[in-house]
Amino acid sequence: MTTPTPTANGSGSGPRRVGLYAILVALTLVFLVPLVWMVITSLKTYTAAQEIPPSWLPNPLSGYGYEQILNNSANPVLRWFLNSMVAATLHSLLVLVTASMAAYSLARLRFRGRGVTFALIVGTLFIPPTSLIIPNFLIVDQLNWIDTLAVVVVPGAASAFGVFFLRQFFLSLPNELEEAATLDGANQWQIFYKVVLPLSKPALATLAVLSFLTNWNDFLWPIFVLFSPEKLTLPPGLGLLQGSYVTDYPVIMAGAVLASLPVLILFVLAQRHIIQGVSRSGLKG
Amino acid sequence: MADVIEVGAARGDAPPPAANAARRRGASARRTGRATPYLFLAPYLVLFGVFGLLPIILGLWLSVHQWDFQLPNRPFVGLDNYKQLFSSDSAVYGDWWQSVRATAIFTALSVPLLVVVPLGLALLLNRSFPGRTFFRAIYFAPYVLGVAVIGLLWRFLLDANLGLVNRLLGVVGLPSDTPWVTNMPWAWISLVGVTVWWTSGFNAVIYLAGLQDISPELYEAARMDGASAWQRFRNVTLPGLRPVLLFVITTTVLASANMFGQSFLITQGTPGTETRTVVWFIVEEGLRNNNAGRAAAMSIVFALLLAVVSIANFRLFRYKED
Repeated sequence: MTTPTPTANGSGSGPRRVGLYAILVALTLVFLVPLVWMVITSLKTYTAAQEIPPSWLPNPLSGYGYEQILNNSANPVLRWFLNSMVAATLHSLLVLVTASMAAYSLARLRFRGRGVTFALIVGTLFIPPTSLIIPNFLIVDQLNWIDTLAVVVVPGAASAFGVFFLRQFFLSLPNELEEAATLDGANQWQIFYKVVLPLSKPALATLAVLSFLTNWNDFLWPIFVLFSPEKLTLPPGLGLLQGSYVTDYPVIMAGAVLASLPVLILFVLAQRHIIQGVSRSGLKG
Repeated sequence: MADVIEVGAARGDAPPPAANAARRRGASARRTGRATPYLFLAPYLVLFGVFGLLPIILGLWLSVHQWDFQLPNRPFVGLDNYKQLFSSDSAVYGDWWQSVRATAIFTALSVPLLVVVPLGLALLLNRSFPGRTFFRAIYFAPYVLGVAVIGLLWRFLLDANLGLVNRLLGVVGLPSDTPWVTNMPWAWISLVGVTVWWTSGFNAVIYLAGLQDISPELYEAARMDGASAWQRFRNVTLPGLRPVLLFVITTTVLASANMFGQSFLITQGTPGTETRTVVWFIVEEGLRNNNAGRAAAMSIVFALLLAVVSIANFRLFRYKED
């Protein structure tokens, strides 16, 4: 963390600066303490976590919670972790491929029906996805996808967000690029693959990260379409864990830590992409 | 939101100079087939057709049938599923309106806070000081966690006996035995509080982008006119934020109205079923109790309700603008 350095401009003089930092640090505690408490509790023994009032530090420091979730045939948490990882990665890839191709066509090519197609796709942004859960369940049931990997990978990729998001970005690229490539003898596939995609890396990275997060965190859909313990992803799995351990908080918090780590790491690494993606959706969405 | 989209579309579709267009058409006709644009679209359109459009049609169709996943007979029942939602002598009436009430309470309590608190955070972060990016990241961090983690974590933190919240309240001399998740009004306070903690950073980042789009010259001019900080906020910041504010309010209302995970995991619907929301009741009815037809009718009524609220939002803001 940086130390306060009073400056003439920016946010005022010394004392005001100190006040600003006091507020900022207080807010930091509000947002971070719950997460720190999750980690602390995951390192306690069962008995230590049952103390009233609870102790601030894990004493003794214990791997009990993690042992419970790692060797557990009724709640195969590692398997859920792996399932989530595979599902979120495949989902993210599927979104990138399908949305970038569709967005390229809608942004850079001219064809009959383009306006209608785009209006139809954007129109569904206004329908709350929760109101389509029942018919979507029926569809995946007909496809025999219930309790399979496909059911948590594929349907979400129909979201209009990716197409809309990338189309906005593709529209901002200058026409001259394609014209030059066309004069060099490139066809549309080559222009898409060799010119447009490389130029769109920041937007593609943002979409990839956001899709991964959404899929990793999805809860409502998987709890109804996945059943077998070995097929679950982490979010429905965590619900199951809470059901079987009730107040055995070190175990439950160890599960929560395991589910948080990948997205928190991703957030630290791709913070710029995530925050840009969110702010762009606010300005143009 | 629609306005912004239309503006964007219009800008993108602006016809290039005629010569340019002719050259491009000629070039692409030579090197690629007419089918190319459709081939690019095809993979997404398959997904969109099956999981985006088909469910809309299927939902309408389901809603006029008595549809049970386990029964072979699924007779057409006309508008019966809808009528049941509105006639007080039907079996589903009480539970349905109870869930609508729960959703309305949560939305009414959470939206004002989720509009104001993040605005405060954004104003705090919208200055130049060392560590700004760091604090922005910290405030946003909870948002990247899923509702399952948030639910488990806060169910624990709000535990009446073992939870950190009561412990901290005890330390500062306040009552330390509040039943946060099992009694009213605490259950609503908990659900709203957790949601504010979880998603404020998201709205703050959107506000922040909006604030950075307001020209510094406007503030400079206001300052020269002797405007106080409050006057600058009232006359420069708020008008400049209007489109962003509309976006934040609309998306927050939708997000709150779709609340499910928090009450499913934290209060588990208690006390009684007082915190069971519409989305929860719909999936319960359709997927647990096998009344897919009735649940589809509820989904449609719910979607229409939300559409009305969103349109009202737009109207309100338009009106203010004139």
